Amino acid sequence: MEEQGKAYWYATLRLIAGILSVWVVVSYGFGIIFAGALNTIQLGGYPFGFWWAQQGSMYVFIILIFVYARLQSNLDKKFKVNEQ
Amino acid sequence: MSLQFLTYLVVGATFALYIGIAIWARAGSTKEFYVAGGGVHPVVNGMATAADWMSAASFISMAGLIAFMGYGGALFLMGWTGGYVLMACLLAPYLRKFGRFTVPAFFADRYYSKSAAGVAVICLLVASITYIIGQMTGVGVAFSRFLGVSNDMGIYIGMAIVFCYAVFGGMKGITYTQVAQYCVLITAYTIPAIFISFQLTGMPIPQLGLGASLVGEDISLLARLNQTITDLGFGQYTTTVPGSKLNMFVYTVSLMIGTAGLPHVIIRFFTVPTVAAARSSAGWALVFIAILYTTAPAVAAMARYNLHATVNTAVKGGGDLFAGESSLAYDQRPDWMKRWEVTGLLKWQDKNGDGRIQYYNDKNSTPAFQGKVEAAGWQGSELLVNNDIIVLANPEIALLPNWVIALVAAGGIAAALSTAAGLLLAISSAISHDLLKKIFVPGMSEKNELLAGKLSMAGAILVAGYLGLNPPGFAAGTVALAFGIAACSIFPALMMGIFSKNMCKYGAMSGMLVGLLVTLFYVFAHKGIFFIKGTEYVGLIGGPNAFFGITPEAFGAVGALINFLTAFIVSKFTPAPPAHIQQLVENVRTPRGAKSAVGGH
Repeated sequence: MEEQGKAYWYATLRLIAGILSVWVVVSYGFGIIFAGALNTIQLGGYPFGFWWAQQGSMYVFIILIFVYARLQSNLDKKFKVNEQ
Repeated sequence: MSLQFLTYLVVGATFALYIGIAIWARAGSTKEFYVAGGGVHPVVNGMATAADWMSAASFISMAGLIAFMGYGGALFLMGWTGGYVLMACLLAPYLRKFGRFTVPAFFADRYYSKSAAGVAVICLLVASITYIIGQMTGVGVAFSRFLGVSNDMGIYIGMAIVFCYAVFGGMKGITYTQVAQYCVLITAYTIPAIFISFQLTGMPIPQLGLGASLVGEDISLLARLNQTITDLGFGQYTTTVPGSKLNMFVYTVSLMIGTAGLPHVIIRFFTVPTVAAARSSAGWALVFIAILYTTAPAVAAMARYNLHATVNTAVKGGGDLFAGESSLAYDQRPDWMKRWEVTGLLKWQDKNGDGRIQYYNDKNSTPAFQGKVEAAGWQGSELLVNNDIIVLANPEIALLPNWVIALVAAGGIAAALSTAAGLLLAISSAISHDLLKKIFVPGMSEKNELLAGKLSMAGAILVAGYLGLNPPGFAAGTVALAFGIAACSIFPALMMGIFSKNMCKYGAMSGMLVGLLVTLFYVFAHKGIFFIKGTEYVGLIGGPNAFFGITPEAFGAVGALINFLTAFIVSKFTPAPPAHIQQLVENVRTPRGAKSAVGGH
């Protein structure tokens, strides 16, 4: 059981790390650090970096939370720690 | 029907609705006063969280700030939405499993000491009161316009109404009231945006309209806006950053982790039925929030465009902005300008005596630009527009029908009230429950606890209203300071409480205190001690933004880093937490066995 608990926690941490790396890339990466470079691409009337900062990152955030909720509850079931 | 009458009617009708719901769902016991019984569906909870979250800062102030900041305004958009990702995967499910009502109650158990809870209460109070100052600034703007009175009078009236409103119900009343408020405020925000987007670009969806071309021209809205405002000496809309990229980065971090550390939002996740629901609840909250937040950049850019197009007739069609007759004659100004002049938040001063309104960036000292300004005979920008009025004035600027303008007023007031009420509740539970009942007066009766809660609400409103008369910044800026304070104090301690089994009470407490004090020291240097005007000591820290050009609103992220470091170092030299606490942390990490929240009565 002790081993199981540890494995569950590491799997959870890996999942969180994965989710948060996407989170960092779209907001701080595309939205801020590389915004200037991305602005050379146009998305309709939007410069692409500007679009990430003022639109795109927010859509990705929503998707991320639901993906996280789904994957985490799969983990809960796999390690049999889900609520009954 | 006159605009004023219609506004009273719409605002009155929405108020009757909220109060009706509050009476229908009146709180009985103390538990119901703070959290609604633990049986709220994730979607409903998400909607209520969204209403709670989207305050005067989001509704009234944010788009106005973005309008004048341009690209850099994205820090509010990303900062105030990205925090939900952190909350969903780092805090909400674990705190839900822990099963306590309030953040200080969590600290009291996890850090096995009443002092840790006491420190948390202090951090929470400083953050919440700063937040309410920002709300009061917004309330002042909304009520001054709504009643046609000065800004100060607007704040006095707002204080009275917020007080009645918050003292009435509890969380239960508030959860359902807030669903109603969400509906009012999101309609009020999106309808004018749809109208304006359609007017300007022929595209009714604002998120797409912002990236579309102007009606009857083959240039995109953003390109024309860039061209117009750079001609008038401002920075380019789609690239201007606030201070520096580093500052924008740190500012965004500060808002994100502040979101995850603000007690009145976290408390929402105690009210969902299960741990799994706590995760998806954060997602639903963000869906409802994003409807407004993805509309805001369109509102911002279109309002900026319309404002310039109103005072300079050459903006539409791309004519000569500097031609004498391009500037709007003052006596031909539209009615909305007259209405806002009453509040003192919009001012005109005829510097060159030509009876026309010149509006440009008179701080731009490029020789080429100065040459054009001199040739046109302009002697300084003559229009002063308070950033906080943009959203409320937006439908008026676009000459939309009166019922839309009335609806926006109702939405602004709903936004300010819902958040102020949520915050006041967090303050009252912190003082009456966590501070008085748990630490100082353990034998307190339930009746006295409720009374103490209501008295602390009254106190908080008075302090916030007083400071709101001379606010430390625009509503959204002041609220950003509150996020910084939550970021530097509460967030790190919450996170370490879950993710570091070995974090002991000494580490957590010293981290919170050092983080809070360093941040407040930097903030007060710019904004005055406890935000009282005239007590700034910015010279002492080596001039404004002395720390790598980071503004006080952004400093919370630095404070959080200091908090983490302090806690880590102190915990290395102090006894580790007892075994049962380490066991407790392990238990919190798995969802199995979650019970509904208990308050320890």
